[in-house]
Amino acid sequence: MTTLRVLAAMSGGVDSAVAAARATEAGHEVTGVHLALSSNPSSYRTGARGCCTLEDARDARRAADVIGIPFYVWDMAERFRDDVVQDFVAEYARGNTPNPCLRCNEKIKFAAVLDRAVALGFDAVCTGHHARLEQVGGVAGGRRLTRSVDPAKDQSYVLAVLSGVQLSRAMFPIGDSTKDLVRKEAAERGLGVATKPDSHDICFIPDGNTRSFLRDRLGSAEGPIVEPDGTVVGSHDGTFGFTIGQRRGLGIDHPAADGRPRFVLSIEPVSRTVTVGPAEALDVTQIQAIRPVWSGCPAPGGPIDCLVQLRAHGEVHRAVCEPDGDVVQVSLREPARGIAPGQAAVFYDGDAVLGSATIARQSGVAATR
Amino acid sequence: MSNFDSAGPDPAPVRNARPAAVSPVYLDHAATTPMLPEALAAMTEELGQLGNASSLHFAGRRARRVVEESRELIAEAYGARPSEVVFTSGGTEADNLAVKGLYWSRRAEDPGRHRVLATAAEHHAVLDTVRWLAEHEGAEADWLAVQPSGALSPSGLADALARHPAGVAVISVMWANNEVGTVQPVAELAQVAAEYRVPFHSDAVQAAGQLPVSLAASGASALTITAHKIGGPVGIGALLLARGEQPVPVLHGGGQERDVRSGTLDVPAIRAFAVAVQAAKERGPDEAKRLAALRDDLIAQVRAAVPDAILNGAPPGPGRLPGNAHFSFPGCEGDALLMLLDARGIACSTGSACTAGVAQPSHVLLAMGADEARARGSLRFSLGHSSEQSDVDALGAVIGEVVERARRAAR
Repeated sequence: MTTLRVLAAMSGGVDSAVAAARATEAGHEVTGVHLALSSNPSSYRTGARGCCTLEDARDARRAADVIGIPFYVWDMAERFRDDVVQDFVAEYARGNTPNPCLRCNEKIKFAAVLDRAVALGFDAVCTGHHARLEQVGGVAGGRRLTRSVDPAKDQSYVLAVLSGVQLSRAMFPIGDSTKDLVRKEAAERGLGVATKPDSHDICFIPDGNTRSFLRDRLGSAEGPIVEPDGTVVGSHDGTFGFTIGQRRGLGIDHPAADGRPRFVLSIEPVSRTVTVGPAEALDVTQIQAIRPVWSGCPAPGGPIDCLVQLRAHGEVHRAVCEPDGDVVQVSLREPARGIAPGQAAVFYDGDAVLGSATIARQSGVAATR
Repeated sequence: MSNFDSAGPDPAPVRNARPAAVSPVYLDHAATTPMLPEALAAMTEELGQLGNASSLHFAGRRARRVVEESRELIAEAYGARPSEVVFTSGGTEADNLAVKGLYWSRRAEDPGRHRVLATAAEHHAVLDTVRWLAEHEGAEADWLAVQPSGALSPSGLADALARHPAGVAVISVMWANNEVGTVQPVAELAQVAAEYRVPFHSDAVQAAGQLPVSLAASGASALTITAHKIGGPVGIGALLLARGEQPVPVLHGGGQERDVRSGTLDVPAIRAFAVAVQAAKERGPDEAKRLAALRDDLIAQVRAAVPDAILNGAPPGPGRLPGNAHFSFPGCEGDALLMLLDARGIACSTGSACTAGVAQPSHVLLAMGADEARARGSLRFSLGHSSEQSDVDALGAVIGEVVERARRAAR
């Protein structure tokens, strides 16, 4: 086996710690790096930064000590603010529902960090993502992104945006293990993070209140909540508080005429109109996705049968995908519900990722638009 | 570097496949310098002894004798009377005691004294103490501008004092800068302060091992020194506090040290501190000359390899610490340079150490008028008693290639 110079991104969690340990044990020359992503790095001194984040940096450092590798903190706060946080806010302002983890992989971990690592003499970036890279012939980079063996933890969806070139420099050492096994191994290796809880929130919104985070940055902007026929049934203080398929928190105080629950069907940021309606109006069969990235196969010349996943940890749908320049037409075999522009459509062949594109528009059987 | 081999940069790399660095090169003596073998021996022996220096019985008397003999040695080395040596836990505590304590006592005498004068290039132990006084204790922080070399002119201090002399509580100007090594004209500054009868404190932590430092000759009211920059242990330092200065205590308790500092005296550390001070004194000016020659060669080798490297601070000479070289490398990030040198077994610093490990643009360079890019792309190399020509040559052999690589990474 070739010894590689590997930069292990260490978040302070159990997955990236075990990933770095495995890369080291495999004989690679590994250096650990914790990415400081706070939008105000000076707060490291003043203490305004969340204590949890300082704790994460310490956990990462202690894991590196136990593994026996050098460790540094890289300040990526400016890039993160520009490429992930501002993009997140701008996407909501457009009425879309972005996935910041995906954007962070695309723009930070496997772009800014990877580029810097390569320039500094590293061969690869190693992370604790739950996904596998399978060696295959004839595909860009010679490796194909594949789901983790742990379906509940699989993160191939948020990595599918990576190009073959990016994947050729990536290393995911824990994709062939379940989370339980990773935790068990961390304990055996004496890593203190073995029992650290999983993170669920968006890292830059530590209190989990996305709506208030967005209101602080976009300002309140009142608008109507209407039914598909135009009947006004309520009002809101900003379209950013909604995502397609949302049922809770609509603030409508009287029930629908038929007494059935209402869901967000569409968000129109210019007129600030949020349209709500019955569940079946969410059914979608046609999706237009843009900016495709094909890492697992050559760009298809015509329609292909494949599986498509339309949100993180969402179910997969059988579909026909037809690339046309920078657009992919996705025709679902069966209707799917709650499809939000801004999310990724990820195309799979079984467990292997073929490619990914960003959902731009959708339409369905119930002709909601 | 025998006392370094057992504690390389990455202790006990159990599963690490990385080949051991050829021979570690330590160019970060300003952060901490190896403990002298004689200081280590004295401390180790003393750790086995019994006795609280404040106890009245035989065991206490024995410990007290060690403390007082050490106090005399330290006092003599730094132009102070034994009673003017106030032991503290280190430089940070001594700075806090001087700046806060003198601010409080001066203000208690006259509530109109609310101004604190300090340069913008002070160590964080002074800088953040002054900021805290401004935020919580009604102080007015008056930041004295430094010249591009980092030095404060006595006329700059005189002008600031003259604006409202009766309102000044305390002045703090470091003896030598911890990042760029610039030596301040402390005696002249202290004289200006004395003309206005304002207490003058100086953080002499970096100067004390390398330059002649004297409380009496400088005319300062208080000087901060610490053991681990001289070859003693971490965790012990002193405020050399002129007779007549009575700062309000920061730590309250038994009043062990002249009633201004409380806490059981750390006898083993105090004894080792004195041994290190004694050794530094014996090394004397010859050691400073040796370090200055090594440092000049380091500067020459870096410039030969990286012609556009900028030497920050004062030119080599009496205005600069003999063991300090500090450069900006245009087009580089300091933390990338540090990492690349670290991987080649060379230890240096991007500035003063930061607990969280995120590189900040140096406030010292910003105070000297550098832009943020120059402040971020800087590295400090500092020499000390264990430095040898081979250390300098090792840096000279790789710095060109390392800067080239870091430039590619910054693009």
